[in-house]
Amino acid sequence: MGKQVAMTGNIAVANAMRQINPDVCAAYPITPSTEVMQQFASFVADGKVDTELVTVESEHSAMSAGIGAAAAGGRVMTATSANGLALMWEMLYIASGNRLPIAMMVINRALSAPINIHGDHSDEMGARDAGWIQMYSENGQEAYDNIIQAILIGESEGVLLPAMVGMDGFIISHSIENLELLEDKQVRDFLGEFKPKHPLLNINKPITMGPLDLQDYYSEHKRQQAQAMQKAKAAILKVAKDYKAVSGREYGFFEPYKLEDADIGILTLGSSAGTTRFVVDLMREKGIKVGMIKLRVFRPFPIEELQQALSHLKALAVMDRSDSFGAAGGPVFSEVRSALYDLPARPKTVNYIYGLGGRDLGISPIERVVKDLQEIHQTEKIKELVTHLTVRE
Amino acid sequence: MATMEDFHGVKEVWCPGCGNFSILTSLKKALVELQIPPEKLLLVSGIGQASKLPHSLQCNFFNGLHGRALPAAMAAKVVNSELTVIVTHGDGDCYGEGGNHFIHTIRRNVDITCIVHDNKVYGLTKGQASPTSDMGFKTKVQTHGVILNPLNPIALAISLDCSFVARGYAADTDYLTELIKKAMTHKGFSLVDILQPCPSFNKVNTYQWYQERVYHLEEDREFNPNDQIKALQKAGEWGQRIPVGVFYRNDRPTFEEQIPALRDGPLWKQDIRKNLVQEVIKEFY
Ligand SMILES: Cc1ncc(C[n+]2csc(CCOP(=O)(O)OP(=O)(O)O)c2C)c(N)n1
Repeated sequence: MGKQVAMTGNIAVANAMRQINPDVCAAYPITPSTEVMQQFASFVADGKVDTELVTVESEHSAMSAGIGAAAAGGRVMTATSANGLALMWEMLYIASGNRLPIAMMVINRALSAPINIHGDHSDEMGARDAGWIQMYSENGQEAYDNIIQAILIGESEGVLLPAMVGMDGFIISHSIENLELLEDKQVRDFLGEFKPKHPLLNINKPITMGPLDLQDYYSEHKRQQAQAMQKAKAAILKVAKDYKAVSGREYGFFEPYKLEDADIGILTLGSSAGTTRFVVDLMREKGIKVGMIKLRVFRPFPIEELQQALSHLKALAVMDRSDSFGAAGGPVFSEVRSALYDLPARPKTVNYIYGLGGRDLGISPIERVVKDLQEIHQTEKIKELVTHLTVRE
Repeated sequence: MATMEDFHGVKEVWCPGCGNFSILTSLKKALVELQIPPEKLLLVSGIGQASKLPHSLQCNFFNGLHGRALPAAMAAKVVNSELTVIVTHGDGDCYGEGGNHFIHTIRRNVDITCIVHDNKVYGLTKGQASPTSDMGFKTKVQTHGVILNPLNPIALAISLDCSFVARGYAADTDYLTELIKKAMTHKGFSLVDILQPCPSFNKVNTYQWYQERVYHLEEDREFNPNDQIKALQKAGEWGQRIPVGVFYRNDRPTFEEQIPALRDGPLWKQDIRKNLVQEVIKEFY
């Protein structure tokens, strides 16, 4: 069994990286992710890992170096936040398009402008179409567990995709919590050794990566990518099952809470799930049949599974910690609502944009959401489809 | 009459002993001595401790992204050449993340002043090596010391035929004020790289370390800032003795002077002749 320790989300992730012992890490500092690499650098210095740590001059270079190392056949990791992720943008597509299973921790932070260093999901959500597997974490434990699993999910046969794992900046990254680390050996046995199928460094079988691909084959390659993303669903469940055998902790695409007999529900992801769970309990004491569903995997988006889990609800609130300006609501809302469309009977679904730039989501705003949902349930009418919560009027 | 008080901004947030304080004072003094009123001044910065300088200096201010101050400043100057445009940012901002912009803004030679608070470390993110960190410089990430050759911004700028290249020292405020004034009054892209002690994260290049090494270029009577080769030689001097002053100047046409569209004055003052544009658009109706 693993051991209980008290540490911040960042340090937990750095320890996961120590246990993963990747071949190459390339990094550039940005708040609030800086500490991950800083801690990891001390592991490198102390000889606790065999990793080649490359400190570069920008995130664009960090991802580029990671891509080179992954193409050569290495197991590669990095971490970043906000504008760091934004600057990696074009390289994200190079990683996924070349099917390089890099694993990246994104310490979620609001994108500039105006500048803000606190936690929201605008960075990772902005990269949702980049062909990366995406997972979100409620707390440091989940961030630790998710980043370990991300390695195997990405490397799975038929998948070969990069994966990013989100963790809310400051709220999780800088808060100390009690969590359990696996034994080093458990992690190393669980992951095994990465045996890349087509490494650039195989001199007996020289290959080319990423050359010109025009009208003749580009579409087929993109469809392969889409199929790989679909195959990732099975890989995510398989890795979760194996991980449970080692850790005792259970993971899936999402985690329902008091949802089965609920009339109304709240779907959320990241750290706000903790507060939401608390409010659900409060409301349950009052006899209100409300439940929660915490989404863990955003890419691939678990459409059928969500349909099943949500079909019995009468009203559903989808919580978005980022906006998609001019769209039909926040990014999570658009996808969830679209997933429900084919159901013969579906919950009335509304959207709340909350917690931008790290603004706290306290108990009372969620109570208000529950109240709104009750009203929608009773009247069967939606007054406001998209509401900006926790914002001054 | 613009006075020091006119430029008074919000209270500084730097660590005690930070070189940024004297850079701020020198810049304010230069502005007062040149009588540039706050409304005629635009400061542009990136992200970092240095890039916070404009918070504490009342004027027009554009705060962009880390590494991206120069393109915004350049464009602002082109649109309104009546503004005095000064960029203040760190060595990470200017030479690391923004290195590419540094090279190409020098080539364009837009009439702006580029002040780099060169503390040889990433201050805001709490002490990682920057492109100008000396070899062997140890940080929490570069635990065995930096193994790369430092970037020499002075030599790089001179080799690019930068219009005005100077280096100052933060603690030498009167001299620094003069340098900033020279840079501001020079027509073309002016670089002022400022040696800036960072008591929190740079324990090598300290006030004492600089005090023992820094000398004014004027002390070398042979030196002539119009001679590119001599300037390059001086730029290579580092270690026992570190020169500060104007290394190189080269009066060449500015970007603005070479763009036909700007001959009739700054863009914002030009009549864009809307009806003419409309005629053209109509063709596509
Ligand atoms: C794209 C991006 N990457 C990283 C950062 C994080 N960051 C902010 S300031 C900084 C470096 C600061 O060093 P420097 O520019 O030398 O200024 P100083 O704080 O030392 O004055 C970094 C890496 C950022 N803001 N944006």
